[in-house]
Amino acid sequence: MSTDYLTPVLTGRTLLRANPVSKLFAAVVITLALMASIDWVSAAVALTCELALMPLLGISVIGLARRIWPLLVAALIGAYGTALLAEKTGGVLLDVGPFLFTEGSVAAGIAVGLRGLPLALPGIFILLTTDPTDLADALAQKLRLPSRFVLGALASLRLVGLLVEQWDSLGLARHARGVGSDGSALARTRNLLGQSFGLIVQAIRRATRLATAMEARGFGAGTRTWARESTYSLLDAGIAVVGLLVAVGAVTAAVLAGTWNFILG
Amino acid sequence: MTAVHPPLRRAVQVRAREWGWRHAGRKAFAARQVDLGIAPGERVLLLGASGAGKSTLLHALAGVLGTSDEGEQEGDLLLDGVPPAAARGRAGLVLQDPETQVVLARVGDEVAFAAENLAVPREEIWRRVGRALDDVGLDLPLDHPTTALSGGQKQRLALAAVLAMEPGLLLLDEPTANLDPAGVLEVRDAVVRVLERTGATLVVVEHRVAVWADVVDRVIVLDAGGGILADGPPGTVLVQEQTRSRLAEAGVWVPGRQPAVGGTLPTDAGGEGLLSARSLSVARSRRGRAVVEDLSLTVSAGQALSITGPNGAGKSTAALTIGGLLRPRAGTLEASALLAGAAGPDPFRWRSAHLVQRIGTVFQEPEHQFLTATVGEELAFGPRQVGAPDSPRIAELAERLRLTHLLGANPFTLSGGEKRRLSVATMLATAPRLLILDEPTFGQDALTWAELVTLLRELVREGVAVLSVTHDTDFIRALGGATLHIADGAGRLVSR
Repeated sequence: MSTDYLTPVLTGRTLLRANPVSKLFAAVVITLALMASIDWVSAAVALTCELALMPLLGISVIGLARRIWPLLVAALIGAYGTALLAEKTGGVLLDVGPFLFTEGSVAAGIAVGLRGLPLALPGIFILLTTDPTDLADALAQKLRLPSRFVLGALASLRLVGLLVEQWDSLGLARHARGVGSDGSALARTRNLLGQSFGLIVQAIRRATRLATAMEARGFGAGTRTWARESTYSLLDAGIAVVGLLVAVGAVTAAVLAGTWNFILG
Repeated sequence: MTAVHPPLRRAVQVRAREWGWRHAGRKAFAARQVDLGIAPGERVLLLGASGAGKSTLLHALAGVLGTSDEGEQEGDLLLDGVPPAAARGRAGLVLQDPETQVVLARVGDEVAFAAENLAVPREEIWRRVGRALDDVGLDLPLDHPTTALSGGQKQRLALAAVLAMEPGLLLLDEPTANLDPAGVLEVRDAVVRVLERTGATLVVVEHRVAVWADVVDRVIVLDAGGGILADGPPGTVLVQEQTRSRLAEAGVWVPGRQPAVGGTLPTDAGGEGLLSARSLSVARSRRGRAVVEDLSLTVSAGQALSITGPNGAGKSTAALTIGGLLRPRAGTLEASALLAGAAGPDPFRWRSAHLVQRIGTVFQEPEHQFLTATVGEELAFGPRQVGAPDSPRIAELAERLRLTHLLGANPFTLSGGEKRRLSVATMLATAPRLLILDEPTFGQDALTWAELVTLLRELVREGVAVLSVTHDTDFIRALGGATLHIADGAGRLVSR
């Protein structure tokens, strides 16, 4: 079974048409605003805005939850851990043996737990609506990143998808040679290490061959042109403005509510 | 589709003077004393024994051998009077393995890639993309995913991808070695069409001479000891008895000459049953689609069975399932007491050490099964796994498969033929009663082919069951036995 990272299943017709750079910009400003303070108001405002923008993704909340459930679990664990360990200020809410929760520690927990989702969602928006080839075009043409680096990363993305398939067939090939995943824990560990090493050897050989094929097609010879032009449209201006509004809205709401808690202040 | 296209830029002239190349870290030169001139528009078939330096010469012409860090060059090699590295885009190289050449996700982008690298203006790139896809006969949308192509289509895509550079020299390194017979003709015909339109110079390396003999107008044979063994029109080089026998000695597939095989054609009289499949459905992964369904057959001791069918029909999946490596999707696979011994009737449940003493599976890609750093350790590995480290079989096998002089070598540095012989030998080291081989003759020269057939014939006579997945009709004929043809999700047993 191979996972094709170069041609992922994408959703969201509108965002799909947008330039990846505008989506990156919106994601970065929202992330910066959320990282500047740890409070529940800014997180809640950003999360509300992001959920309101969900129709742009073209998948349901349940569909999204199914894809990002590990993040939800992580947010809950983060909230619980913080509430348990944060500075114990305010009135005591629960005190059972070593478990002491106060108003202050629970508020901190909620702030941390709430923060994870709005921080992660912009990245999910980009992942679900951006074709890797478009992203590479945009990074090289609009952000002027070195084409050698961008195209090398793009080509290697395909090889990453093949690793899953290679791992499976390597396992079969080794089983056929008499080294399988049975025996003691030590034997299993040794087998796992051996198979990992085999995978690395093959990945390197494969990458070397691909590099030869790319070089034979003139890759890295000097300046290059781009068959697909990366362009901006009004849609991109809109995405940038929405990103800014969410960021500014979250900060303003937190300052007005008096919960703003600048991490460097 | 068939608009008249203007001819491409002028064909390239090749000149080699006392040329040679030694890879960094190797004692021997990969190619040496090569003296030749190829006129613009000439079509050359480049032959030679394994290790004579054919691929090295081709890579040098493509300018991808690397700098002085990666090896040492002697003499000159020039394209239109300049070194290949300074003539980027003039030579286009297509490699053997269709899987390792795809760079991008969409067909159109893949073809555009080389033109982009040569800084061709955008409008011109898309004109070239359309023309190149036209030339190779790939009638697909530009956004068609490159993963959803057959082997033959991938090779034609690789050809289109270099055509977008409008090269004056086309270099093909065993472009059809990994393809089924339909794919071979697909690619060959595409090359012929391209040459007719562009008039480019062609240098093609291929073991199977018959495929290209009618296309080329010159055959050059590299001598494994350096220099050139023969050079002339195919009507001379491939017809004269003296050069024919020298080519055959070098392992080249000479048209009309079957490599000499030892042993006798096994009779069809199978012995006791080893393994029987009833209504077997096979799938590559637990959740994947069943590719072959309702397969019933019995494998007996001393039987040769070949599995044929088009690429992607599920032949390898069926073989891996019969070999106890994949879990049957449905139906049963049962080993007889003779094969199973104390291990139980279900091969999929056998532990690795039990499996390797009963069923040996030789994968298509020998490198996937190499586990150690030397040929000697590789041969000793299986016997040690099953607790018989000093098996006399090892020395005998090394001798029989001409590996004795390579015992200290790293398996990954062997030639294609040597790797194949080693992968078969490692499986035989634990004396399994059933040997399964996936495309054992892909890309092999005539010498390795004949050795393999001779060995397998002997094994069958000794009572080993040999099951081969193969497209090679000569191989099937030489082994005899029944054929299982797999197509459209079903297997059909063809008796001979």
